[in-house]
Amino acid sequence: MRSVLFALILTLCGVSAVTAQTLQSILQTHATEIAKPSRKTVGETIDAIVASGLPHVTEFLEQWSKKNIWQRSDGSFFVATAAGDSLTLIDVDTQAKTIGSKSDFKQLKPNGGVRRLISTALVQFQLLDPDLTRRKTAVAAIARRPEAAQLMPLISSIDGERDAALKARKIQLANFLSARFAKEPRDRIAAINSLSTDTSVEARAVLNQILTKSIGVASVAPQGNIAAILDPMVAPDQSYNALVEAKLAPTKQTEIDIRKALEANIIEGRIAGFPLAQMDDRLTRETAYSALAIKGSVPTLITQEVRDAALREHVFYELYEEPNAQITAAAEVARKSADNRVATAQFADLALDALSLASIFFLAAIGLAITFGVMGVINMAHGEFIMIGAYTGYVVQLFIPNYTVAIFVALPLAFAVTFVAGVVMERLIISRLYHRPLETLLATFGVSIALQQLAKNMFGTQARPLTSPDWLAGAWVVNDVIQISFIRIAIFILALLFLSLIVYILKRTRLGLEVRAVTQNPGMASSMGINPDRINMMTFGLGSGIAGIAGVAIGLYAKVTSEMGSDYIVQSFMTVVVGGVGNVWGTLAGAAMIGFGQKWIEWLNPSNTLAAQTYMILFVILFIQFRPKGIVALKGRAAGD
Amino acid sequence: MQHTFMAKNPSVLWFLLGLSLFTVFVTIFSEAVGSTGVSTSFLKTLGKTLCLCLVAIAMDVVWGYCGILSLGHFAFFGIGGYAIGMWLMYERTKNIVVGSLENNILPPTPEEVEAAIGTQIFGVVGSSEFPLIWAASHSLTLQLLAVVIVPGMLALAFGWLAFRSRVTGVYLSILTQAMTLALSLYLFQNDTGLRGNNGLSGLQNIPGLEAVSQATLSLWFFWASALALGAGYVFFAWMLSGKFGSVIRAIRDNEARIRFLGYNVENYKLLIFTVTAMIAGIAGALYYPQAGIINPAEIAPIASIYLAVWVAIGGRGRLYGAVIGAVFVSLMSSWFTGGSAPDINLGFYLVKWTDWWLVLLGLTFVGVTFFFPKGVGGLFDLISNYREKHQ
Repeated sequence: MRSVLFALILTLCGVSAVTAQTLQSILQTHATEIAKPSRKTVGETIDAIVASGLPHVTEFLEQWSKKNIWQRSDGSFFVATAAGDSLTLIDVDTQAKTIGSKSDFKQLKPNGGVRRLISTALVQFQLLDPDLTRRKTAVAAIARRPEAAQLMPLISSIDGERDAALKARKIQLANFLSARFAKEPRDRIAAINSLSTDTSVEARAVLNQILTKSIGVASVAPQGNIAAILDPMVAPDQSYNALVEAKLAPTKQTEIDIRKALEANIIEGRIAGFPLAQMDDRLTRETAYSALAIKGSVPTLITQEVRDAALREHVFYELYEEPNAQITAAAEVARKSADNRVATAQFADLALDALSLASIFFLAAIGLAITFGVMGVINMAHGEFIMIGAYTGYVVQLFIPNYTVAIFVALPLAFAVTFVAGVVMERLIISRLYHRPLETLLATFGVSIALQQLAKNMFGTQARPLTSPDWLAGAWVVNDVIQISFIRIAIFILALLFLSLIVYILKRTRLGLEVRAVTQNPGMASSMGINPDRINMMTFGLGSGIAGIAGVAIGLYAKVTSEMGSDYIVQSFMTVVVGGVGNVWGTLAGAAMIGFGQKWIEWLNPSNTLAAQTYMILFVILFIQFRPKGIVALKGRAAGD
Repeated sequence: MQHTFMAKNPSVLWFLLGLSLFTVFVTIFSEAVGSTGVSTSFLKTLGKTLCLCLVAIAMDVVWGYCGILSLGHFAFFGIGGYAIGMWLMYERTKNIVVGSLENNILPPTPEEVEAAIGTQIFGVVGSSEFPLIWAASHSLTLQLLAVVIVPGMLALAFGWLAFRSRVTGVYLSILTQAMTLALSLYLFQNDTGLRGNNGLSGLQNIPGLEAVSQATLSLWFFWASALALGAGYVFFAWMLSGKFGSVIRAIRDNEARIRFLGYNVENYKLLIFTVTAMIAGIAGALYYPQAGIINPAEIAPIASIYLAVWVAIGGRGRLYGAVIGAVFVSLMSSWFTGGSAPDINLGFYLVKWTDWWLVLLGLTFVGVTFFFPKGVGGLFDLISNYREKHQ
């Protein structure tokens, strides 16, 4: 009976030995490694688990990296969720649920490095997952951390991909991976060549990865894929430091080192026989130091000659990390062509930037083009009308929480408010000062500082936001280089609209005709039955109203402060003067010239907007010398004087 | 000659008399001689006001007499301040550096001193190298020359370009304003070598005069400012009294007619523009050691407009008018914005002058252009007219 039992047990064991391909048994084979995994050695274990091809491998790996695997005291592993002291256990093979006590189990807590390896292994399963979001996550994971092992799973997952966008992304990513990791150099070169037309940041990063170089120094040039031999004399001090770092030369003493060495070797008020008082000169100090060096109390002085000799004896080189020269050559060509494309795209981007800057200048100046350009009135408070418009927009937003509605209420309201302000100012101040331009300048300046301070008293000194509606918040992205925010596009469209509106009013309407008549010859105009007072009032109101609308637009793009007007006033006057007074087209030309000019200078001297503004103003001052009447100069009677 | 000049310009004598009386009066009550009537900080304010009067006179000559509304004369004032500030800052830093290096065991080399000064001055803008424009900063003589030469050269170049192409009236004003804006934007940059928006500071400490107390120093600067103002007043009055002055005024009144009479209008304008720029530079060089600090915000276009405001309020075309305007507006400004003016309680609203002074100033300004186009100085005309009628 006993032997029967024994035989039975033996048979059972034998059975289990034959059908060894349960996940648990594989886990048991690697039990120690799984219980205490290390990043360096866990790879084999993961490979073995994956290679078994068993149905619940993915499940197990996911739970493992989520720290949901627990080991029973007898060594077997379970997926478990803790609730109080008890654990709900799921068998890794049969998925059968049981309940256990926490005290019998130990939780496995793989570290970050191990979890990364696990998720890499998981990627190949996730790439084929029926759930689209999981596939997308897997692809994004590869893009974030590309590795050689992912290439084959990625390529084999492409054919089965049903989602068109994801398929394209997979193909692109596979291309990046094969450029870096494909086994055959031929495949890599083909992939690299295809990157030469790609301007995306990712593609350029791939090329840069392939072309990673290290700078080194040695007595003889090393074997390997050398990118370039460097001339150490271009930056001799840096080269020498590299030499010191490579322990091929002694450290060169700095002035401070010399001083400290001298200070340490003062004997009875003298250093190597030189009196201390003579040490206020660099050459004497070096002489004294050399004298000390001859006595052997300090290391030899590295003079310029010694340094140069040491530099000449060594080879300074740049070494590619990629050993295959053909591949680096192909990558260099590809990068050059990609760089060229990026440069072209950057130029296009800059042109768009310049266009949007020009539209802002135009928008700020177009009201002035009417009041100053057409009517000849200097209004220093024009900038404050822009500010009033912007604050109107801000106040409207306080009452109307829906930003879209608020904008469409604010635009006409800003026009109305500044129109009225302009008419009032024209009646009260400017109409009494026609033909006294300098007085007008000063009186309107008085209005300007008063309005600025009033705004400060009402709204405080801090900047107020003018929030754009959501549909204006994004940016139009052409590729990684060319993109422009929707607000700038909207400002551009607004500028175009106003240009056409004003040209239409001045050239095609009765009001425009009367305006032109009054500005050219008020006496004649009034004898023809035109009321010049009314026309002046209307024109000034129109110009001011447009400044108000410009204020809303500028407020959307910059902050609303009481000083925002003064930021634009000088620029605006210059725009009108450069363009040519008395002509809306001139203002357009002026804004275009200043906008493009400023961006162009910024391109020559990057990241320095202040300098660009400075040089642009200087350019404008010079330009006026050569074309005092501006770009579009009026001729004949319209020119007035 | 001297007799006729003085006889023609009785106002010069009156002005000099008033100025000397004022100087003596302030001196007697200053802290430097042991009184308590005029505190050192108020003495500095008075000294600074005298400098502002000097630049206002220059502005009056260029605008009130010659008809060029320059919105850039405060830029010349600032350049003068920067020029003297460079020497003050270099020399003072050098004294400090040499003092601290004396603790070293070895006597310092010139290179060490220079490097230490560079780090001290340009550390705030992340540099330690001396830019090229500081090449003369070790020499007081050269920097004093720069006080007049740099504004003069700038005015000469700018004026030559502008007057030659007959840019006049408001266009010229806008152009000068653009020049000021360009200059202040340029100075705002960290890499232009004048410490960006930090500006130059510690200018109230005069190197070599560390032993002298600030009270005494302030008095000296007050005297110097008064002297400069008096000399400037006499100089301009003399310049504008003879035939030259008549031509200048005629250019203001009808430029074309003067040109047709055969005068070279451009040269006259250029001379006036340049000389006033130099005087503005001198005024700035006296002002900023009393202020203690100069930064690019001082040169912003608004400052030059305020200069025009003073002259307009005081009365254009008469030198004492500019002085009255500058004294009146700048002292009122510091009184109102300094918080010493009493607030007015309207019951429903408390008028704080720190908030409302600029509104008042702006509206005053509008009022003056309407009702007193001759400014405060115009009142003197009323008085003398009244006298003539009743004699």
